[in-house]
Amino acid sequence: MSERALIELREVSKRFGRLVVLDHLSLSIEEGKCLVVIGASGTGKSVLLKHIVGLLRPDSGEVWYDGKRIDTLNERRLMKVRLQFGFLFQMGALFDSMNVLDNVSFPLVEHSSKKPDEIRQLAGDKLTMVGLKDAGKKMPGELSGGQRKRVALARAIALEPKVILYDEPTTGLDPIRADVINELINKLQRDLKVTSVVVTHDMQSAIKIADRIVMLRQGKIVFDGTPAQIQTSEDPVVRRFVTGEASEEELASLRIPTR
Amino acid sequence: MPVGAIEDLGRKVTNAVADFGDFSVFCGRVFGFLFRGWFRWKNIRLLFPQFYEIGVKSVPVVMIVGAFIGMVMTVETYAQFKSIGQEARLGSVIALSVVKQIGPVMAAMMLGGRVGGALTAELGTMNVTEQLDALRVMGSDPISYLVVPRFLACVLLTPLLTVYSDMLGIGGGWLIGVVTDHIPNGIYWENTVNGVEIWQVMEGILKSVLFGGAIGLVSCYKGFTCGSGASGVGRACTEAFVQAFLAIIVINFVFAQVAREIYVALYGTASVFG
Repeated sequence: MSERALIELREVSKRFGRLVVLDHLSLSIEEGKCLVVIGASGTGKSVLLKHIVGLLRPDSGEVWYDGKRIDTLNERRLMKVRLQFGFLFQMGALFDSMNVLDNVSFPLVEHSSKKPDEIRQLAGDKLTMVGLKDAGKKMPGELSGGQRKRVALARAIALEPKVILYDEPTTGLDPIRADVINELINKLQRDLKVTSVVVTHDMQSAIKIADRIVMLRQGKIVFDGTPAQIQTSEDPVVRRFVTGEASEEELASLRIPTR
Repeated sequence: MPVGAIEDLGRKVTNAVADFGDFSVFCGRVFGFLFRGWFRWKNIRLLFPQFYEIGVKSVPVVMIVGAFIGMVMTVETYAQFKSIGQEARLGSVIALSVVKQIGPVMAAMMLGGRVGGALTAELGTMNVTEQLDALRVMGSDPISYLVVPRFLACVLLTPLLTVYSDMLGIGGGWLIGVVTDHIPNGIYWENTVNGVEIWQVMEGILKSVLFGGAIGLVSCYKGFTCGSGASGVGRACTEAFVQAFLAIIVINFVFAQVAREIYVALYGTASVFG
């Protein structure tokens, strides 16, 4: 499999008001691999993901996709680039006014010249892939959290993208349903040969699906390695994240002061 | 004045100017799509659900309000006209007021309240639940897909709703004037027809196009730029209604001035009293 970088972030910085979210961050993402980005809440993981697909633009730095710089493209050109991406949003972002089948059909209706019957067939196939072939008539409000994410995933892969971006795919799910999503990510990775970027703070999920893991802290990468390497890391910050232990400093803020 | 207050004032002015700039860019993008081949069947099909939501569902409230305004105007003015022996001319005054001002303005207000709030809430909720981002990621522009059909439905249907409002306003005036206050039917209608010119009817309908455009643009913009959470959507709905309302009042005034100048230049001054 090729090791060339399909996506590259070069010295990307982003701030919201006074808060620096990404700080001169550089990252290359190889084609066909699954990169997992971990880090505590508020460390800029989702912001990083949104930079990759052009939903946010960097204050400084460059974003490259497939050898082309995309952070300077206008919205119309960016829309064409985005067709190469599938994006699974944290809460699914399904369209409330459409049923499940229409949600999955949406990208095909908008961007293919296929006939309605073919589109329905293709959308049904995608729903079968995520194990929800009988849910087509349901409205998003009738689905559980896990089902919503699976429908959103079916929609994300409808146009057979080269890259799938996952924003917290297992957050809010019980361990069994989280594992279903993990298996699904592995299956798509295997079957569709896509490049995946997964943002999560679920270490179990990260170990299970990643080819490579990077950890963000204060807008910078503090770890970059394989799942095996992160489990044996000596860095105290990485260690605490992997084992899920709060620091003394973090615990001190919870203590009730004694008089 | 303390420095803090000046800073605060400066920040507010800067934010207001920046917000107006963003709104102008938003409007520019909406019109940009209109002139960039939006009128293809793939896009036009998006209009019909909006016609139903914005137009058909607004008909009852616009008609009821129009009828009651016509009735209450007659109730309030009949005694004054009778005291100077001019009650027969009431029809022309009611009709003129309705077609020039009350009909279009009330229809726009009803639409601003009923539809404006709903549009902001719908788009605002889509915004905070990342559905707008989802559209962008799937290679569709939310302005083309969501805003343009809603804007067009407002622009095209506000004049129609104004016609309904006008008809029911005149009908309501007739009901009280003729049925309750016993103005002779023939004289009432004769005065109504003679007192209103096609120019004045068209003036009302034409400005309702602008009202509809303002309601559509302001409501959609507020939805697109609302803050996070339920409170952000709620605040955006309130702001949308207030700003659409202000826009209607200001457009109405400017339009009345311009239309009066054009009318006087073309036809001279007219009076309902002959």
